[in-house]
Amino acid sequence: MHVARNAKEYKMKILLSVVILFLSVAPAQAALKVFTCEPEWAALVQELGGTQVTVASATTALQDPHHIEARPSLIAKTRQADLLVCTGAGLEAGWLPPLLRTAGNPKVQPGQPGYFEAASAAALLEVQTRADRAEGDVHPGGNPHLHLDARNIMRVAEQLATRLKQIDPANAAHYAARRADFARRWQTALARWEREAAPLKGMPVVYHHRSWVYLAHWLGLKEVGVLEPKPGLPPTAAHLTQLLTQLKGQPARAIVRSAYEDGRADAWLSERAQIPALVLPYTVGAEGADDLFKLFDITIARLKEPVLSPSTVLRIGQSKEATR
Amino acid sequence: MRFSFSAMCLLLPLSVNAAESAALPKGQPASFNPDISLILSGSAAHLGNDPEDYTIPGFLLGAETGPGTRGLSLGESELIVSANVDDLFYGQFTAALTPENEMEVEEAFVQTLGLPHGLGLRAGRFFSAIGYLNSQHPHAWDFVDTALAYRALLANQYGDDGVRLSWVAPTDLFVELGGEWLRGENFPAGGAANNGQGAATLFAHLGGDVGASHAWRAGLSLLRARSEGRESGAIDTAPDAFTGDSRVAIADLVWKWSPDGNPRQTNLKLQAEYLWRDEDGEFTADVNSMNGPAVTDAYRATHSGWYAQAVYQFMPQWRAGLRYDQLRAQEIAAGANAALFDTQGHVPRRASVMLDWSRSEFSRLRLQVSRDRSQPDADSQVFVQYIMSLGAHGAHAF
Repeated sequence: MHVARNAKEYKMKILLSVVILFLSVAPAQAALKVFTCEPEWAALVQELGGTQVTVASATTALQDPHHIEARPSLIAKTRQADLLVCTGAGLEAGWLPPLLRTAGNPKVQPGQPGYFEAASAAALLEVQTRADRAEGDVHPGGNPHLHLDARNIMRVAEQLATRLKQIDPANAAHYAARRADFARRWQTALARWEREAAPLKGMPVVYHHRSWVYLAHWLGLKEVGVLEPKPGLPPTAAHLTQLLTQLKGQPARAIVRSAYEDGRADAWLSERAQIPALVLPYTVGAEGADDLFKLFDITIARLKEPVLSPSTVLRIGQSKEATR
Repeated sequence: MRFSFSAMCLLLPLSVNAAESAALPKGQPASFNPDISLILSGSAAHLGNDPEDYTIPGFLLGAETGPGTRGLSLGESELIVSANVDDLFYGQFTAALTPENEMEVEEAFVQTLGLPHGLGLRAGRFFSAIGYLNSQHPHAWDFVDTALAYRALLANQYGDDGVRLSWVAPTDLFVELGGEWLRGENFPAGGAANNGQGAATLFAHLGGDVGASHAWRAGLSLLRARSEGRESGAIDTAPDAFTGDSRVAIADLVWKWSPDGNPRQTNLKLQAEYLWRDEDGEFTADVNSMNGPAVTDAYRATHSGWYAQAVYQFMPQWRAGLRYDQLRAQEIAAGANAALFDTQGHVPRRASVMLDWSRSEFSRLRLQVSRDRSQPDADSQVFVQYIMSLGAHGAHAF
C-alpha cells in the first residue's frame, strides 16, 4: 500500500513536471530570444540588448557561412527565436530558406519584424549587373561580407536597435541607452582604428576569398589578386602559378584569409612569393577576437605587422600555417 | 489564453510593415521571383543482367523499379519552381521530364509559413516524410540509384496527393512530429482505396549537435496503406494485383561530421535505415491472363530490408562513398500463388562504391561500381553519371 502510494505520487510528480515544462515554454520569455546567422551579428545584438536578450549564432568563426547545412539543431533554434538577424545578400541562400520553411515560426519570416537583414542597412559593394555562374558563386545582390567595414557595423546597429525596440517595446529605454553607449564607444574606436590603420593605405594584398573587399574599401587596402580562381572555387595549381608570376612583377605585402579557410594554398604562395600569409579573425570568435572591438583591433594589428617589419612576420605567418 | 496568443500570431503577418526589411539597396537588381532551377542528368550504365528481366525473388516490385537503362541514357530532367506565394504560403512545383518524353508532376504543393507554435501544414502532391531517403529527389542521392530496401518495399520512394501536418517542439533538441493523410494512389498503396483516402503516415524526427563537429538526426515512421488492385510485377504486359492492407515501419539514422562543423574541406556522412513491411490481403497473379482465369488467393507477407552507407569528402570537390544493402523476405503465405514468391533460398544484397567530383555546388560527375546480388545471378554494374543544376541555388538540406 505504501509502495503503491509512492508510485502514485511519483506518477503525479512526473505529470506535474511535464505540465510545468509545457507551461514554462508557452508564455513569452523574459528575455528576447535572438538567433543570428553569423557570430558578428550575435556580438552586435549582445552589445545592444545586454541582459534583455539571449543570443545564439547559427555559425561560428570557424565555419564558412556559405556552406552550412540546415541542421536539425538550427531548425530547433529558428523555431524558438523572437528575432532572426542575418546578413542577407544571398550569403545564407543555401540554408536559411529551408530553416525558415521547416521551423514553423511565423515571427521570423521575411517581411516580419522578427526578420532582420544586415544587408538592408548598408550599401553593398560589387553589385553584379549580370549573374552568370561561369563567374563562380557570385552574389548578384552584392558582396555580402559587409561587416568588415567597421562603419557598416554602426549603420547596422542603428537599425537593429530600432528593430529591438519595435519587437520589445517594454524595454525600449534599455535598448536606447545601450545603443547610445555602443555608438559612443564605437565612434571612439572607429577614430582610433582609422588613425592606426593610416599606414595601411594603399597596401597591396592578396585575398583568399573576396571576403575582404569591405575592409579594403574602408582602410584603403589594394587588392592585387585572389587565391580562388572564381568565387567559391578552391584554389587550383594553375591559378596559383599564374598568381605567383603576377606577384613577381606586382608584389603584395600580405596574403589574407579567414580562420575558417584552409591555409595550404596560402602557405604555398607565401613561401614562393616571400609574402607573409596572415590569418585574420574575419569575425568574432576566432584568433582571440572575443568581441567586435577586438575583431578590428586584432585585424588592424595583424595587417600592420608586415608593414612594420616584413621579415619577422614572414616567420609568424609560416609558423601559423605549421600549427594548423 | 493560448487561443488568443495563436490568434495574435495569425494576425501578425497582416499588420507588419514589410517595406523596411524587404527593400533592396539602391541599384541592386531584384533576384528571380519565383526561384527556377532545372536539373539535368544523364548516365552511361554497364549492366550485366538485362534490366528488362529484373526481379527480386520473393518480392513483388512496383512500377519503374530496377537498375535503370543499359548504355547511354538521359536521366530525368527536373524542373523546380518555388517561391513564397505571399506572407502566409510557400509553393513548390517539381516536374520530372522523363527520357521517354513524358512529363510527370513529381511534387506540387503549398505549405503554410504563418501558422504559430511550430505548426506547418502542407497540401498537394509531395514525397512522404517517412524515412530519410524517401523525400530526397534523385538528384540529391549520394549514389546513382536508391537503396534496395526503398526499391523493393516502396518502389523507390513513396509520394502521393494529400495533406501533412507537422509540429516542431520549442526545445533545443530538435523534435518534429507529424502525420500525413494521403490519397493512396502509389505503391505501396494503390487504387486510391477508401474513396481516395487510402494511406496515412506518422513520423517522428529527433536531432541535434554533439559538440561543434557532429550533427545527427534519427527518425521513426509508420505508413499504413490500403490497396485496391495495386499493380506489381510486369506492369505493362502481365500485371499482378494486390488488394489489402500494408503496414510499413522505417527507422533511420544520419550522423554527420566535419572539423569544427565546417564541411567545406572535409566531411563525413553516415547513414543507415531499416525498413519493414507487412501485407495482408488478396493477391491475383497476371490479371490479364490469357490462359484461363487469373488465380486469386489470400496473401500475407512480411518483407524487410536495410542499408548502411558512408560518404566521405576527403578534399574539396571530391567525395567517396560506400554502401551495403540487404533484403529479407521473412514470411510469405500466398496459397495458390506461392510459386511467384519463391525466394529460391536467396538473400538479395548489393555492395556499391562511388566516387564523385563537383566543380561547384551546381555540378557533379559520378562513377559508381556495384556488385548487385539482388537476383541470384550476380551482376557487376558500372555507372558514370552527371547531375547539373541551372538557376536558383539549391537548399543545403541535412
